[in-house]
Amino acid sequence: MSEIERYIAPKKLDDALEALAGGPVTIVAGATDLTPQITGGKLSYKATLMNIQHIEGLNAVTKKGGTKKDGKIRIGALVTVSEIRGNHMLKNHAGILCQAADHFASEQIRNAATIGGNICNASPAGDMIIPFLALGASAELARWQDGSIETRSVPLDEFFTGPGRNMARDDELLTAVTFDVPPENSIGLFRKSGPRPALEISTVSMGISGELTEGTLKNVRVAFGAVGPTALRGKLTEAALEGKILNQEVIQAAALAARKDVSPIDDIRATKWYRTHLIGVFTEELLNNVCQN
Amino acid sequence: MSVKINLDFTLNGRPVTIEVPAEMTVLNLLRDGLDLKGTKYACGEGECGACTIEVDGRTINSCLMMAADLQGRAVMTIEGMQEGHALHPMQQAFVDHGAVQCGFCMPGMIIQANYLVKQNPQLTREEMKRGLEGNICRCTGYTKVLDAVAAVVGLNENKGLEHG
Repeated sequence: MSEIERYIAPKKLDDALEALAGGPVTIVAGATDLTPQITGGKLSYKATLMNIQHIEGLNAVTKKGGTKKDGKIRIGALVTVSEIRGNHMLKNHAGILCQAADHFASEQIRNAATIGGNICNASPAGDMIIPFLALGASAELARWQDGSIETRSVPLDEFFTGPGRNMARDDELLTAVTFDVPPENSIGLFRKSGPRPALEISTVSMGISGELTEGTLKNVRVAFGAVGPTALRGKLTEAALEGKILNQEVIQAAALAARKDVSPIDDIRATKWYRTHLIGVFTEELLNNVCQN
Repeated sequence: MSVKINLDFTLNGRPVTIEVPAEMTVLNLLRDGLDLKGTKYACGEGECGACTIEVDGRTINSCLMMAADLQGRAVMTIEGMQEGHALHPMQQAFVDHGAVQCGFCMPGMIIQANYLVKQNPQLTREEMKRGLEGNICRCTGYTKVLDAVAAVVGLNENKGLEHG
C-alpha cells in the first residue's frame, strides 16, 4: 500500500475533473470493491485519493421523454445498487436492471456500491454490467478540457477492454450511464448462477432484452458475464433470434449459438466446460420464460 | 504515513472530532481509534456482515467504508442501540429467543435486523432471510435469529393495533 499524499472530496464536477487532469488519482465512491483490492494487494493508492460521493448531480435517476424513439433514461454514476433495486420507474421501464440489482451481493453492499463503480471495475462477472449491455446502454465520460467540461459517450459494448480495464482515460470520470427508454412491448430478463443466491461472484450470468410482437423477437440484445475477458454481447445468439418466431427450434438454435459466443476459462469458480454448458441452459431457460410471459 | 484528515461526524448521537489517516477504514476507526469494540472484524472483505453499522440510516459493511467518508455523517453502532439501561427491543428479542451462541456475529446481525424492520415494519419471514443474506452466523443455524426478528415484527403489529 503506497502513501496517500492528498485527500479531496469535491462537491463540484469541475473541481473533480480538474484534479483528475492534474495527475494520478485514485477514485473512490462506495469503496466496496476498492478496499478489498487495496488490502488484497491488487491495487495501490495513487498520490491523490478523491472521494467522489459528494459531487452534486451524479446521484439521480431521470427519464426524459416517453417510450417512443426520443425517450432517454440516465442513471448517475453515484446511484447505488439499492436505489436501482427499489426504483419504480426502472421497474416499469427497465425491469432487467432491478432483477440484477435484486441478486447483487448483500443488502449492506447494495447500500454502498455504486453503478459507476461496478462498471468502471470492469469485472467480466460484474452483475450490473449485464443488464446495461442488454439495454444497449452507453457510458458518459467527462473530462476537463481548456477550462470547461467535455463529455463523450461510449457504447458499453465497446467500453470494456479486458479484465479490470476500460476505455476511460486517466483524466476522465464516468458520470452516468444512459440508454433509450425501451418500447412498451419490451421484455428483459436476467439470470445468474452461483452456489448461493447472495454474495456470489457469478459463475456465469446472462441478460436478454428485445421487443416481443406476436411471438416474434426484434431488436434482440443478449449479454453474457463471466465467460470471457470482459462481459460481452452474444452476437451469434442475437442473430439466431432476430426477427424469428420464438419456437422450440429457434430456442435450440439460439442455445447452440450462445455456446459459440462465449470463450470462458477454467478457474476457481467453474470449468470452461461447465460455463459453456450453463450458458446454453440459461439461454434456453430465459427464452422459455419469454415464451411463457 | 499517509496524509491525515480532520473528521467531524455524529456517533451514536454524540459529535466526534478526530484526525484519521486517509486510508483508514471505518471499522478500524471504531475499534482502534474510538475503542468501540462492539463492531466486529471477521472477514474484512464485506462477505460476513459482522462489522455492519448504520450510516445515515443505511446499513453498510464498516470494514469496506473509508473513515474519511464519515465527514458530516451520522453513525449508529451496536453501542448506540441500548436505551439507557434497557436493551433495545431487537437486542431483547435475540436474548429471549436464544438467537445468540458464540455471539460474534450478533452486533452486525442485530443492526441489520433492526434496519430491516425500520425499512418494512411488516417484514415477512422470507424478506427477513433475504435481508440477512449478508450476515453469516456459524453456530445458530439462523432459525432462532428469524424467530427473534419475527417477534419484533409481531410487537410492531400489536403496537399498530393499539394505536389504531
